[in-house]
Amino acid sequence: MEKSQVGILVVDDEASVRDALYKWFREDGYRVDVAADANEALRKLQEASWDIVLLDIRLPGIDGLELQRRIREIDPSLVIIMITAYASVESAVQALKQGAFDYVTKPIDPDDLEHLIRNAVEQKRLRAENIQLRQKIEELSRADEIIGQTPAMKQVFELVRTVAATDSTVLIRGESGTGKELIARAIHSHSRRRYFPIITVNCGAFPETLLESELFGHERGAFTGAQYRRKGKLELADGGTLFLDEIGDIPAKMQADLLRVIETKQFTRVGGNQIIRSDFRLICATNKDLEKEMREGRFREDLYYRINVFTIYLPPLRERREDIPLLARHFMRRFAAAMNKPITEISPEAMEKLMAYDWPGNVRELENAIERAMVVGRPPVIRPEDLPFQIAQRERPTADELESLEDVERSHIEKILLKTDWNITRAASILKIDRVTLYNKIRKYGLRRPA
Amino acid sequence: MTGRIYVVPIHRPLTVNLQFLAETIAARFGIPSVVLPLNIDPSRAFDRFRNQFRSTELLAQLLEEAPADAIRILGLTDLDLFVPVLTYVFGEAQLEGKAAIVSCFRLKNELFGIPPDNHLLQTRLLKEAIHELGHTFGLVHCDDPFCVMRVSTYVEEIDYKGDDFCAECRRHLSRRLEKLGGIHLRKASS
Repeated sequence: MEKSQVGILVVDDEASVRDALYKWFREDGYRVDVAADANEALRKLQEASWDIVLLDIRLPGIDGLELQRRIREIDPSLVIIMITAYASVESAVQALKQGAFDYVTKPIDPDDLEHLIRNAVEQKRLRAENIQLRQKIEELSRADEIIGQTPAMKQVFELVRTVAATDSTVLIRGESGTGKELIARAIHSHSRRRYFPIITVNCGAFPETLLESELFGHERGAFTGAQYRRKGKLELADGGTLFLDEIGDIPAKMQADLLRVIETKQFTRVGGNQIIRSDFRLICATNKDLEKEMREGRFREDLYYRINVFTIYLPPLRERREDIPLLARHFMRRFAAAMNKPITEISPEAMEKLMAYDWPGNVRELENAIERAMVVGRPPVIRPEDLPFQIAQRERPTADELESLEDVERSHIEKILLKTDWNITRAASILKIDRVTLYNKIRKYGLRRPA
Repeated sequence: MTGRIYVVPIHRPLTVNLQFLAETIAARFGIPSVVLPLNIDPSRAFDRFRNQFRSTELLAQLLEEAPADAIRILGLTDLDLFVPVLTYVFGEAQLEGKAAIVSCFRLKNELFGIPPDNHLLQTRLLKEAIHELGHTFGLVHCDDPFCVMRVSTYVEEIDYKGDDFCAECRRHLSRRLEKLGGIHLRKASS
C-alpha cells in the first residue's frame, strides 16, 4: 500500500495538536486532513474515503467515544486510534471494547506514533488482502460446479445445503467415479469452515504404517527415515474439514485409533507423547458395502455408527441418464477451452451412444471419454466414432440369454476390473483369486484397459 | 537567482563546526549558505511544565528575523524541542515553507550514557539539518534506508542513513529548485 494512498483524518479540538499531527503525517507522505469537532469529522468522512482516524476522546459537543460509535456505523472497516489527553484507563478500555484499534496518550512519543501508524496501515492492508483472498476462494469453489438436473441429484444438492450449515459428520456413498470428493468439497465450501482447508486423505492409497504417519504425523526419529518432524493430516485439518476417502479400506488397527480421534479430537504424533488437539469436521466416503464389511468383521461396528450420522447416496450415472447430455456438454466446453480446440457440438448419434452406454466408471468415465473424443475428434463436432467404447460389449446380458461359463467369467472379471479402475490387487481380492491367476485370465480373454 | 540559506545558531554557541555545516548544505542544495547569528529569544518558547522549548515558536521568530534575501532559514540549537502533542522532536520544518529548526539536544551521546563524540554529533546534526531543509522543499519521508529523507526516531537510525538524497528524492528536489529560479543541482559530493 503506497503511503500517498493511505488517508488519515485527525480529529482534535486543539489547533496545535491538529497542526503538529497534520505536519507529521504530511512529512511522512500520507494523505491527511484534520477536523476540530465531531460534526466537521462526520462531514469529512462522508466527503472522501479514509483509512485511519485519529480521534481525541475529549471533544466539545459529541465526544470522542460517541463519535467513534457513529464512525463505526458509517464504515466499520476504518482503523480508529484514540488519543487521550491524560491516562484515562476507563475511557481507553471503553474505546477498545467499541472496536478501536489502539490508543495513545498525549504527549505522544514520536517512536510510538511511528509504530502505531505502521501497524494500523499493516492492519488495513491485511484486511484488504483477506477480503481479496476470500473472494478468490469463493470464485474457485464456484468453479467446481456439480452438474445434475434429475430429481435424484436435486435431492443430493438439497442434502448438501442442509448438512453444510451444521458441523455433523457426513458419509458419502456411491460407486467409484460418481463425484464423492466433489460433494465433500461442496459441503466444505458451503460450511462456516470454508476459509480453512479441506484436507483429503485417500485411505486406500497407503500401506498401514504410512497411513498412520500420514494421518497422525510423526516426530523426528519415530522410524527409520523420519528425519524431520512432520504434521499429520489430522493436524493440518485444524479449523477445516478432514475428508477421508475410501474409509472402507482402512486397516483394522487404524480403525480403533481413528475412532478415538474422532471422539476426542485429540491424538499424539507417531513416536511422540505431546497431546495435540485439532478441531475438524469429518466427511467420509466409500464405495464399499460397509454393512457387509461390518458383518464380516472387516469394519468396526463402533466406527461405522460414529461416521454414519448423515448419509448422502450418490446415484450411479446409469440411474440418472437424463444428466448425461448436460454433463457431456459441460466437459466438452471445459476441454475445448483447455485444449483451445473449437469443438462446439456433440452429434445426435454420438449423444445417443453416450445415452445408451452403462457407464460402470460413472461420471469420471464419461469425463475421460469426452476428453479422448476431444483429442481424436475433428472440429466442430464429436461423432460416434470418436467415442472409445462399443455399446454392445458393455451391455449387460439379459437373464434369458444363454451364455457359457467362460462368457460369464469373462464379463464378470471385466466388470470388477472396471469397478476397481483396473487395480489388479483390489480386483483379485474381490474375486478371491490371486493376482497371477487374474493376470492369466486377463491374457486369456484378451481384456484391455479402456483408453 | 540570488538568495541564500541562512544558518542561525540559537541559544549557546554550538560545539560543532557551523562553517562546515553551511558549506555542506550549500553543496547539497546548490544554494550559497552562510552562518548568521540573529537575535532569537528562546525564553519566549520555554514551557516551564515540560522544561522544554516550543519549536513552532522558534520557527516563527526565525521567520520574523529572516533577511530579505533568505531562500531558507535554518535554526540550529542545543535546546530540547517539542510540539505539544509529541514528547519531543529532533527538529521541525515548514513543509514547502521557508523555515526549519534542528536541535542537537537528543543527538548527543551523553543522553544515552556514552562518552561524548563531537564528530558523530556534527554528522547527526548535518543529516537532520538536510532532512528538515528537504521538507521545506516539499520532500516527504523516503523508504530508501540510506536516503537522508528516511524518517528517524532513534539516533541509531540517523547514524544508519546517509547525508545525501537518493536518486528519486534528488529528482524531486531538482524540479522544485528549478521552479524556484533556475538552480541546478550538481551531482552529489561529500
